[in-house]
Amino acid sequence: MAVVPSFNDLQREPASKLAVRTPFQDTFRRLRRHRSAQVGAVVLGFLILVAIFAPVIAPYDPILPLRDVKRRAAPCIHLLGCPTEQPQHIFGIDGNSRDLFSRIIFGSRLSLTIGLATVTFAIAIGTALGAVAGYAGGWTDNIIMRVMDVLLAFPSLLLSIAIVAVLGPGLINALLAISFVSIPVYARIVRASVLQVKEQDFISASRALGASPLGTLVNHVLPNAITPLIVQGTLDIAGAILSAAALSFLGLGAQPPTPEWGLMLGEERNSVFNAPHLVLFPGIAIMITVLSFNLLGDGLRDALDPRLSQMGIKVK
Amino acid sequence: MLPVLVGILFVTFALARLIPGDPCYIALGEHATPAVCSDYRQRFGLNDPVLVQFVRYATQVIQGNFGNSLRNQRPVTDIVLERLPMTIEITIGAMLFSTFFGIIFGIVSAIRQNSSIDVLTMVGANVGVSMPVFWLGLLLEYVFALTLKGTAFWIPPSGRLTSGLTLPSLAETFHLPALSGLVYGLVTLASNTVTFNALITGHFDIFRDALWHLILPCVAVGTIPLSITARMTRSAMLEVLGQDYVRTARAKGLRERVVVMKHALRNALLPVVTIVGLSFGGLLSGAVLTETVFSLPGVGTQLVTAILARDYPVVQAFTVVIAVIFVAVNLVVDISYAYLDPRIRLD
Repeated sequence: MAVVPSFNDLQREPASKLAVRTPFQDTFRRLRRHRSAQVGAVVLGFLILVAIFAPVIAPYDPILPLRDVKRRAAPCIHLLGCPTEQPQHIFGIDGNSRDLFSRIIFGSRLSLTIGLATVTFAIAIGTALGAVAGYAGGWTDNIIMRVMDVLLAFPSLLLSIAIVAVLGPGLINALLAISFVSIPVYARIVRASVLQVKEQDFISASRALGASPLGTLVNHVLPNAITPLIVQGTLDIAGAILSAAALSFLGLGAQPPTPEWGLMLGEERNSVFNAPHLVLFPGIAIMITVLSFNLLGDGLRDALDPRLSQMGIKVK
Repeated sequence: MLPVLVGILFVTFALARLIPGDPCYIALGEHATPAVCSDYRQRFGLNDPVLVQFVRYATQVIQGNFGNSLRNQRPVTDIVLERLPMTIEITIGAMLFSTFFGIIFGIVSAIRQNSSIDVLTMVGANVGVSMPVFWLGLLLEYVFALTLKGTAFWIPPSGRLTSGLTLPSLAETFHLPALSGLVYGLVTLASNTVTFNALITGHFDIFRDALWHLILPCVAVGTIPLSITARMTRSAMLEVLGQDYVRTARAKGLRERVVVMKHALRNALLPVVTIVGLSFGGLLSGAVLTETVFSLPGVGTQLVTAILARDYPVVQAFTVVIAVIFVAVNLVVDISYAYLDPRIRLD
């Protein structure tokens, strides 16, 4: 267990010893200094708080229609001159007489869960496949990776749409489809890391010490793949949220009356001319959430492995 | 290339096989009698071994036969020929838009590094990649079709041509005899590509009208790739501008414009081409999404209808066609590397 040095200890310690940081601390320091990562993390933290405290923040129920309100009524904000005798609806009322602000607040729960769940699932399956392919080699490797190549040959959103066509429209099916199409990327990352370290001495040492292949894989091989996995995962959460919103927008994902941002846009897309607020706010919510993951992902990439950010640039 | 194409066929074949429920009841409705069903299975060879069925399916697809739509019994190939051009027009339009402006923004940010233009472009690029395509489409519709109504900047919010305008098919214009097979497919495809048809038959008013209707969808679809291209061009340019040969070019007194456009940009283009190629899939997906916003008769609107109506042959056909186009474009990108960077040919 780490002992936290007291202030006096710190003063007595020579400076050189204090400067020694673990790689994790080092990364964290770089991440904290990264401007876009800072912005991303703060916005994301805010969104997580909103999601946790949604029932406290939201003034109305996100699903039950309100009485005595005009459908698609424009926002009414007391601070901006809306008469105080009217109830306040800062984002207005949607086409089913529900408070849009409450629906957007509750939508944050759904979107964050969607992003996290799809990527976790894809990482789990992709890691298993990539590890097996890299570790086993030979025809096992060949078959797994050729299948992954074929999956990558489809534009990902269109493959998701085709899978939803088979499974049937619905939020869970849409999430499965989105996870499924991002598996190949993780399989490739993990396989590459496995191949990189497979022949190195510390792996042979672990095997010689009697560790099982699975134990070696989990304890010694996979930790080498964590950096690119975290970076890719964070950026993919952004993509997954966008894809899920797109599928819901088309009516293939979340079904009414779920407060899902993409679905809210899809339901109200025809009222863009007479009630633009119903289109504006859900879109802004999606954009902010996706942006925060993108910024954090960029920051993580630079902090965890500066080489990675150049990989896209150097083709050769 | 070939294994991937076979894989694509296999995946789409498998998708149709994985549909829960008996294909007979899906095709003929739930009230089909067992006798009718056994006849149906016999007729479409559903009792044969899976491998035989796959080979038959693959042969048919290669011959351009995707079967009939379950909904209205039309040949699916006809539906593809009718719908694909719209999506391709949007995709290509968006690609030209995003590449052109992406490269310009990228160059400007790189030569004015850390200026306000650079910061603005990079913040804009970050926001641009985070926007849902369909939402941007709706916003553009609102701004250009409603807010700017009555001004010169008004742009129609939906449709492919102003109502009332019609364009004869190429077969009519050129009095072609009844065609069949691949020639028929290509002529129909070209004929349904309104911009192309109008241009070669000299209907310039229709051509202009079609382009006018394409502006908003292309801008919406192109914004994400534009952001990515701008970022990529900027970082590639920055790297190249720091090279010795750029300093040499400057030292020998070349004008800055020549240094940037001839010496730096050409060397920075390779990664940009990669990104443009990679974003093609995103452009296609974006076009499919955006069509529903602008009520355009493309793949997207048809695909959604087909999915909700459980019209699997149509879904299957569009999946195959789009995947094949995607693979072909990636191949073209790979080949263009060799043209852009002769060093790659040596490797």
